[in-house]
Amino acid sequence: MPFGNTHNEMKLKYASAKEYPDLSKHNNHMAKIITPAIYELLRKRQTPSGFTLDDVIQTGIDNPGHPFIMTVGCVAGDEETYEVFKELLDPVIEDRHGGYKPTDKHKTDLDPAHLKGGDDLDPDYVLSSRVRTGRSVRGFCLPPHCSRGERRAVETLSIQALDTLSGDLKGTYYALKNMSDAEQQQLIDDHFLFDKPVSPLLLASGMARDWPDGRGIWHNENKTFLVWVNEEDHLRVISMQQGGNMKEVFNRFCTGLTKIEKLFKERKHEFMWNEHLGYVLTCPSNLGTGLRAGVHVKLPNLSKNAKFEEILKKLRLQKRGTGGVDTAAVGGTFDISNADRLGFSEVELVQGVVDGVKLLVEMEKKLEKDQPIDSMIPAQK
Amino acid sequence: MPFGNTHNNFKLNFKVEDEFPDLSKHNNHMAKVLTKEIYGKLRDKQTPSGYTLDDVIQTGVDNPGHPFIMTVGCVAGDEESYEVFKDLLDPIISDRHGGYKPTDKHATDLNFENLKGGDDLDPNYVLSSRVRTGRSIKGYTLPPHNSRGERRAIEKLSVEALTSLDGEFKGRYYPLKSMTDAEQDQLINDHFLFDKPVSPLLTCAGMARDWPDGRGIWHNDAKSFLVWVNEEDHLRVIAMEGGGNMREVFRRFCVGLKRIEEIFKKHNHGFMWNEHLGYVLTCPSNLGTGLRGGVHVKLPKLSTHAKFDEILGRLRLQKRGTGGVDTASVGGVFDISNADRLGSSEVAQVQLVVDGVKLMVEMEKKLEKGEAVDSMIPAQK
Repeated sequence: MPFGNTHNEMKLKYASAKEYPDLSKHNNHMAKIITPAIYELLRKRQTPSGFTLDDVIQTGIDNPGHPFIMTVGCVAGDEETYEVFKELLDPVIEDRHGGYKPTDKHKTDLDPAHLKGGDDLDPDYVLSSRVRTGRSVRGFCLPPHCSRGERRAVETLSIQALDTLSGDLKGTYYALKNMSDAEQQQLIDDHFLFDKPVSPLLLASGMARDWPDGRGIWHNENKTFLVWVNEEDHLRVISMQQGGNMKEVFNRFCTGLTKIEKLFKERKHEFMWNEHLGYVLTCPSNLGTGLRAGVHVKLPNLSKNAKFEEILKKLRLQKRGTGGVDTAAVGGTFDISNADRLGFSEVELVQGVVDGVKLLVEMEKKLEKDQPIDSMIPAQK
Repeated sequence: MPFGNTHNNFKLNFKVEDEFPDLSKHNNHMAKVLTKEIYGKLRDKQTPSGYTLDDVIQTGVDNPGHPFIMTVGCVAGDEESYEVFKDLLDPIISDRHGGYKPTDKHATDLNFENLKGGDDLDPNYVLSSRVRTGRSIKGYTLPPHNSRGERRAIEKLSVEALTSLDGEFKGRYYPLKSMTDAEQDQLINDHFLFDKPVSPLLTCAGMARDWPDGRGIWHNDAKSFLVWVNEEDHLRVIAMEGGGNMREVFRRFCVGLKRIEEIFKKHNHGFMWNEHLGYVLTCPSNLGTGLRGGVHVKLPKLSTHAKFDEILGRLRLQKRGTGGVDTASVGGVFDISNADRLGSSEVAQVQLVVDGVKLMVEMEKKLEKGEAVDSMIPAQK
């Protein structure tokens, strides 16, 4: 039978124990969950497009751990990965997403009217506000596995959809491979350009293949709404602006996203979504909403307080450096965002950021005046 | 690797033009040779282990070019790659190996006694001498493609073979994954340690998967004979020492290599070899002898002479920096080695190095005395 996943057949001639990876120095979700029994059960399988167990876990084998973050250590190559390899991925999802069970249902809420407040975060502290999510286009394999033909088809569909946007969402697409030096410099200055992945987490899963073919950036004229095509996910949709008006950022985010989704549906390529996992994305950590809503906020005093980490945890928030997921904070300015993705709606997560950051800024102001904050520490959300 | 070959079925739904890579900015042997016609003809093929055309060329697609070297831009995943994809690889081999034709035969000569001279290169100029080659073990797929089970089996076979060596070859195996800090420091001081590949030429071809599992270094007690297991090839065999006695280095190389080959043959796992391509290795540039015989030599004056590169070309020699294949030279000290691999024997290639380096040192000495070297410039070998 031509093109059965032939190398998988060859590997099966070795006993499972001989093929089982050495995870003795590893600390990621995959390494915590996988066992020789799970490996043995799943290694015979493949998705319809030929993604295998070894493909799922390769990035976690090649990247034992990270100093700042607990990495997931596995990726999906297509929508079916989450079904075919559920014996591994369900426990990984449960571990990563606060006990989310295989029977749980995820709710989607992209109605910005449901957000309370969020237009008055103090701009003396909150330097910028941003909401991002990812979307996968049904019918195509995901970035770790897609071919050039698939990737280019995703790009073509995306450009068609984005070109129909109008009003304040009207914009232009910049293909990475045709970019002039001037365009590139402008995008760098705007903090919009995404570069070829250098993180070994991404490289080891095959997401950088054929770079920069099929990759590009679309943004509106005001540079407040931005779409990345074929980076870590088929689409990354970003709404951002200076200052603390998260409400406006979220409004624009929901409006734009809803319009784009409609355009893709019209072209018979809706987004990958199901009622258990919500939006299906490449990395299991982004399932559900795929949403990260955050601010860059100055918290030089609070961040040195002994209870900073505890407060963040209670607020279900996460800190990062201002350079992104695997960087350190500089000068007391932090990227603060929602820690959850799955099991909460978009509105709920953004509400958590808005309310939480408001409280953190109030605490910072108290600490500036040398006043205690112990009474302000919230209960676990 | 991400290309489960079942995915080949999906890719065939896209037209050749939609899958053909964008090589417009590329300068490597693969990009020079590959056409849409060749791509169209070979894209539905696979080797028995499931290696596909896209697997062969991925590293060349991802690495457009290199400032110092003309890269090959493709790799073999198994012995059969060179047959199944001959329509692409034969022209590349011809382009890389000086017009070597599909009908040509390659001569193997590992009788060190056939080397003339080579024991008297001036140690004031020739700092060290080294000969290396690679060997692939029949019955296993190659480093871009092999599974952990295959890689470990190669390691086990290799360790058995090497630990049975005695006399001047008696030595020890150091697996990369269980190395102590002290062992690691020692190997670094001896210039023996190989590190996880960082060169994208190698990582894009999948050779760094599962690092450091199944990888290791074996060397004899005298530290003059060294074998790398599961780096870029199944085996890399190296003989080296300080000074200019290339004859002795080549003797040790040939004797040790023959002993190792005998042991593998006894276990019914001989080396991959055929009368057309000689020794079959991962990179097409290493076919034939797989041999690089070279010296570190001080040529501060000759290297700045206008005709330096021309002289090297005529002597069929190649220069590199002393850090290896993709480094620059430091302080006028160059790594000079044979440029050819296929179409001439081991003895013939080492003879060229011995004779050529001897001549270049004489030229250097002349230039030191302010004398001209034009009359010494050789004819094309």
